[in-house]
Parts: sequence; C-alpha cells; structure tokens
Amino acid sequence: MNINLTMLGQAISFILFVLFCMKYVWPPLTSIMRERQQAISDGLEKATAAEKQLEQANESAGLELEEAKKQSAELIAQARTRASQIEAEAKSKATDEAARIVEGAQAEIDQEISRAREELRAKVGELAVEGAERILEASVDRAAHEAMLSKLSAQL
Amino acid sequence: MAGEYANSSEYIQHHLTNLTYGRFADGEWGFAHGPEDIAEMGFMSIHVDTMFWSIFLGGLFLAIFTLAARSATAGVPGTLQNICEMAVEFVDDNITQVFGSRPNAIIGPLSLTILVWVFLMNMMDLVPVDWIPYLATMAGIPYMKVVATTDPNATLGMSVSVFLLVLYYNFKIKGPLKFGASLVTHPIPHWSMYWFNFILEFVDMLAKPLSHGLRLFGNLYAGEMIFILIALLPFWAQWALSLPWAIFHILIIALQAFVFMILTIVYLTQAHEVDEH
Repeated sequence: MNINLTMLGQAISFILFVLFCMKYVWPPLTSIMRERQQAISDGLEKATAAEKQLEQANESAGLELEEAKKQSAELIAQARTRASQIEAEAKSKATDEAARIVEGAQAEIDQEISRAREELRAKVGELAVEGAERILEASVDRAAHEAMLSKLSAQL
Repeated sequence: MAGEYANSSEYIQHHLTNLTYGRFADGEWGFAHGPEDIAEMGFMSIHVDTMFWSIFLGGLFLAIFTLAARSATAGVPGTLQNICEMAVEFVDDNITQVFGSRPNAIIGPLSLTILVWVFLMNMMDLVPVDWIPYLATMAGIPYMKVVATTDPNATLGMSVSVFLLVLYYNFKIKGPLKFGASLVTHPIPHWSMYWFNFILEFVDMLAKPLSHGLRLFGNLYAGEMIFILIALLPFWAQWALSLPWAIFHILIIALQAFVFMILTIVYLTQAHEVDEH
C-alpha cells in the first residue's frame, strides 16, 4: 500500500470527469426527464378533462334523446288524433254522399213512378174510349165526352 | 496459471503490485521492476495501470452518457437512454431523499460520476484475475493491476477531493466563523473544554475522508485477494469457488459504488446544514 502521486492524478481526473459530467451529461438528461414528466402529467390532466367532457356529452346526449323521444311521442299522438279526425270526416262525408245518392235515386224513382202513372192513366183513357167505341160500335166524339173522360182518368 | 511463479506467495505478490513509473534514487525516471524499485521511488511515483484503467473507464462512462444525452428525446426513449436515465433517476432520488431539494449544480453530476465510475472500476474485478495481467506480460508489461479501486491512491484521491468540496461548502455556507465555532463548541459546550472538543471534532473530520476512501479500497482489495487465492487452485476446481464468489461480488461492486456515493451525499448535506445541534 503505497501512497504516491497516483492519488493526485486520480483526484485531477476525478475533478475533470465531474466537470465534464456537470456540463454535458447531467443537465441535458435531467432536463429531458423533467420535460417528459411534464408531458406525462399534462397528458394525464388532459385525459381527465376528456373523461369529464365525455361524461357531460353522454349526459347531454341522454337528455337530448329523452327530449327527442318525448317529441316523437307527441308527434305520434298528434298524428293519431289527426288520423282519427280524417277518418271521422271521411266517414261523415261518405254518409252524406250516400244519403244524397239515395235521395236522388228516390226522387228519380218517384218521378218515374208518377210519369208511368201518367202514361198509364193516358193509356187507360184511350183504352176506355176504344173499349167504349167497340162496345158502342160507333165513334165517340172525344170533344163531346172530354169532361167525362178526364173524370174517369182522374179516378185511376 | 500459478505455474510460472516460484511459489504461490510470489504469484500473489505479483498480482498485487502496480505498474509503477517514478523517480529512482539517482534522479532518473523509469518503470519499477520490482518491490525494491517501488520502495526506492517512494512518493514520487505513479501507478500507470491504475491511472490507465480509471481514466479509460471514466472516459467510457462519459462517452456512453454523452451519447445518450446527445440523442436524448423527451418522447419515447431508446434502450441506451433508458439505462442512462435509470442511473440519473436513481442518483436524483437519493439526493432528494438525503440532501433535499436545495439548488446545487455540483452534487448531482458528482454523485452520478462517482456511482457509475466506481461501479465500472469495481466491475473489472469480475474479469478473471489472470487474463489481463497475462496478456500484459506477453506484451512486455511486468505488472498490471486491473481493478483501480483496489489501489488506495484511487479511492483516497476521490474521497479527498470530496472532502475538499465539503470544506469549501462549510466555509461558503457557514462562513469561517461559524464553521470554526462548530469545531470547538460541541460535544461539550463550555469554553474550558473547547480544546478537548477541537481534538474530537478534528479527528472526526479527518476520519471522514480516510474511512470514506479506505472502505471502498478495503472491500475491493479483499474481494480481489480472494479471487487471487481461488486462482491458485487447480484449473478444474476453480469454478466451484470462483463462480459463487463472483456472483456474490456482483452485489459487492454495486453496493460499494452506492455506499461511496451515499456517503458523498451525506457529507455534503452535513456541510450545508447550518443549525444542526
């Protein structure tokens, strides 16, 4: 165990190494590590914020969905009422139309009946005159018997 | 491998001798060729192998870490950057725990340098004890001690540097008056006992760098010694002892590097604490 100049040499190289380390190794490495730490903590913060945002968005989406559901239910109800309204309207219109058609037909029938009755009446008068002519074997003077004839047809 | 030596004590002696360059008694400078030469040189000599390995490994440490720092990114780090950042973070955590978060530009790089450099120097202990000395002998170099931390000059060189830094901070933070007062006023705070306090504190102060450096030296020297003793066994039996010892030594080399760093941090912390008692 000899103590000699090696000790001095070792001390000098030690000091030089430390100085070099102080200048070129320690500061860049520590600053980069700090930078990364900052980046990670920023990222974590952002993630938390994003999570909160997502939660809020979910909540508002739920609210909106509920609102939409309510609206659609309202719309459906409205549509139902409108449909039943239209149905009722259509029904009443159809009933009216049918009644009108029936009425028209009735009127026509009445007209037809009265016309037929009139015709019949005229025919009956003629037939009566003809029958009388045959019976009497002479012509009947229509003008002379007009009053009697119309009385007869009125009785029919 | 012990076959080339006259006996095992010569083998051990050879393995524990540094390659020494120094001044002979006649004023000439040159390499020592034996223990007698080294004794003749005394203080005016230098261990070339210690200097070479320590500077080589220190340069390796700085090269690796500078490379990592140059290409470092705050994004996803690569493997090299990861390893370097692990070391930096480990050192930084220990400093924060012991030293606190006082702003200090030196303690971080100082601790990192100590941790990695001492670790690398210790790690040379795991290279089989004969390989490098044998190659050196073939190349014509008579002595080659590979593990720089088994040289007390290396460990004391570092611990004394740390001690000088501690003294500097003592003067800077406490001022010469308070620092002087701290040397004489305890443990017995009475003026008549100041001389006694001074002796205690002075011995305590000097013991710090000495124990700091010799602890590392002693651990590694003993470890190296056991490797050398194991190497005296026949080659087919060596692994039975050298393997467990090497595995155990992995713990020691890391632990001693860590202890050296922690003690440095502790001493610097003490120098910064003004009202300790």
